[in-house]
Amino acid sequence: MKQLFPRGQVMGFAFSLILTLVALSVIVFDLSLKMAMIILLVTAFMQAALQLVMFMHAGESEDKASIYTNVYYGLFVALVTIFGTMLTMIWGYQ
Amino acid sequence: MDYFDRFAVPHPSPAIYASMVAIGLTMLAVVVGITYFKKWGYLWREWLTTVDHKRIGIMYILSALLMLFRGGADAIMMRAQTAVPDNGLLDGQHYNEIFTTHGVVMILFMAMPFIIGLMNIVTPLQVGARDVAFPRLNAVSFWLFFMGAMLFNISFVVGGSPDAGWTSYFPLASNDFSESVGSNYYAIAIQIAGIGTLLTGINFIVTILKMRAPGMNLMKMPMFTWSILITNFIIVFAFPVLTVALALMTMDRLFGTQFFTMANGGSDMLWANLFWVWGHPEVYIVILPAFGIYSEIISTFARRNLYGYNSMVISMVAISTLSFVVWAHHFYTMGHGAMVNGIFSITTMAIAVPTGVKIFNWLFTLWKGKIVFTVPMLYSLAFIPIFTLGGVTGVMLAMASADYQYHNTMFLVAHFHYVLIPGTVFAVLAGFTYWWPKMFGFMLSEKIGKWSFWFITISFNVTFFPMFITGLDGQARRMYTYSESTGYGPLNMLSFVGAIGLAIGFALIVYNIYWSTRYASRNISNDPWDARSLEWATHTPIPEYNFAIVPTVDSTEAFWDSKKKGFKLFGGKVEKIHMPNNSGVPFIMSCIFFVWGFAMVFSMWIIAIIATLGIFACMAHRSFEKDHGRYISVEEIEETENKLRGAK
Repeated sequence: MKQLFPRGQVMGFAFSLILTLVALSVIVFDLSLKMAMIILLVTAFMQAALQLVMFMHAGESEDKASIYTNVYYGLFVALVTIFGTMLTMIWGYQ
Repeated sequence: MDYFDRFAVPHPSPAIYASMVAIGLTMLAVVVGITYFKKWGYLWREWLTTVDHKRIGIMYILSALLMLFRGGADAIMMRAQTAVPDNGLLDGQHYNEIFTTHGVVMILFMAMPFIIGLMNIVTPLQVGARDVAFPRLNAVSFWLFFMGAMLFNISFVVGGSPDAGWTSYFPLASNDFSESVGSNYYAIAIQIAGIGTLLTGINFIVTILKMRAPGMNLMKMPMFTWSILITNFIIVFAFPVLTVALALMTMDRLFGTQFFTMANGGSDMLWANLFWVWGHPEVYIVILPAFGIYSEIISTFARRNLYGYNSMVISMVAISTLSFVVWAHHFYTMGHGAMVNGIFSITTMAIAVPTGVKIFNWLFTLWKGKIVFTVPMLYSLAFIPIFTLGGVTGVMLAMASADYQYHNTMFLVAHFHYVLIPGTVFAVLAGFTYWWPKMFGFMLSEKIGKWSFWFITISFNVTFFPMFITGLDGQARRMYTYSESTGYGPLNMLSFVGAIGLAIGFALIVYNIYWSTRYASRNISNDPWDARSLEWATHTPIPEYNFAIVPTVDSTEAFWDSKKKGFKLFGGKVEKIHMPNNSGVPFIMSCIFFVWGFAMVFSMWIIAIIATLGIFACMAHRSFEKDHGRYISVEEIEETENKLRGAK
């Protein structure tokens, strides 16, 4: 019975709900824009990672290495694009 | 007739009316010709509905050649206009339209499809596969690109061409400053072609990762395949940015949103930022496959294996990563501070390091090689010094403080032509000549090929070197004329002379195709260049299933080993082969995309909505269609194989 119960999946599901609730708190509480954006970014990336690993089975096939390489590369490009744009358009703009 | 006024060209000239007539007559001649020779059925069965990667590749290359001449005609007109001071050949508006379409056509509708065409033909053969991973999707990619390109090209006779530069910066490209539908064409035609490119990216990543021949692990792939893999990664991660930016542009222009305006929280520079987040990786999308082509050609004709395989791969990966972190160097003068410019200066200069590693690897491959001076090899050898000149001037431009002097001058124009022409155009011409016998079963004339090589290489330098000088003297790019007192006249005249030489060189390539088609010997082997990679291991012409028996590989040069060391490439026996069926849906869907794009450009909403439904209907058809492909029987394979062997 113990082997049949999908413990990891249920925990993952609960965790993804919690992440959604945390993200939702941004509109419930009166947060500064900066704080809100940080919360959203962090929960969004965690949520994406959780979905990929837990429910899209990224780590369970023989292509594990190439899938993770792709994901890291995509992550790198996404972060560079977002923060690079912030840098050029806002923080570094005189 | 008010309804049809919108299709009129807003700024007509006799030349445009002449082109309208010429286009009309050409289309009529094509239709009459096909009907007269009863070729409609052949065209539909063998080409329009094909899912064969080799045929799709050939169609890509034909379209690219067509676009090369369209873009080239633009270039000649620009050089003619600026050849003498105060010239009145073109007015400012026409000049704007011409440099805009020259840029878009050459980058997106010439360089990209030429590269994608070669990658279509060669990659599945090099990895020992029977086709790409998703053959039907591949046909969708091609037809979307083709329809996007055609939509863009009709702009100059229907409604007016875009005129805000190939970068289409806001606010110039907004409705306020570009009133004609030209910039709508830009946003929508590139969007349609871009979707096709994105699909190609996914298709080839899967093909290379999942369909390699047994024994070919990643570090045993030919260098061209490596370059294609990395290129497609860049495509998949860079093109979505363009898709988003063009969608925002479309909404700004058609639906009155304010993303790139200067009011209501919009930011015009955000367009420049997004454009170059895509645009810089795009440069590497067209240049990395070129590096792959040169690696193949140099090692084939130096008769040596490629020097420093691992460092070649690592430097390409490094280039692909760095290509995403340098984009702000395209707008150093935008007004961000020294800190931002400093960061992007350093990342930009860093790209010179892996590129330099590759240059030295090619030189070391040539070192002590028995060099054979064929036409592809001549292009590759000319590439090294000319591209290095382009790269060195790139490092000059990378210095942010100095860039304030060079920004938007002819120096920049000279720099990127020095990078893109040897980097991409020479490469595709070399690759085209190199793989031509595999595609068509005869070789292009070496003699005419060498003439065109010398014409192109010398004229290229005559055209673009003077621009370095006029640029440093202060001639701005995109300036349609200048006064005599500036002193730019003589050097610009020299450029024009070079441009004519380039035109002769490209005309010679066409003549070469004509001459060789008529007179070249059909009696060539499967491996006329004595090459090293798997595409030469199959028959010429290539049977539709590529390899009767899937090859087994245990080094980067398995075919060479099989020739020289007795390595057994084809073990096992012939089995029945599963192949995909042809389909007309990709072509039909892309035609509907064309109608959709045209309707969107002119804000004809009802037609646009109907076309959108048509597109979804095609996709739904695919979802519910039961198509399991077909099998080629063993007898049929053996018959084909015997016939191809006997023809040798």
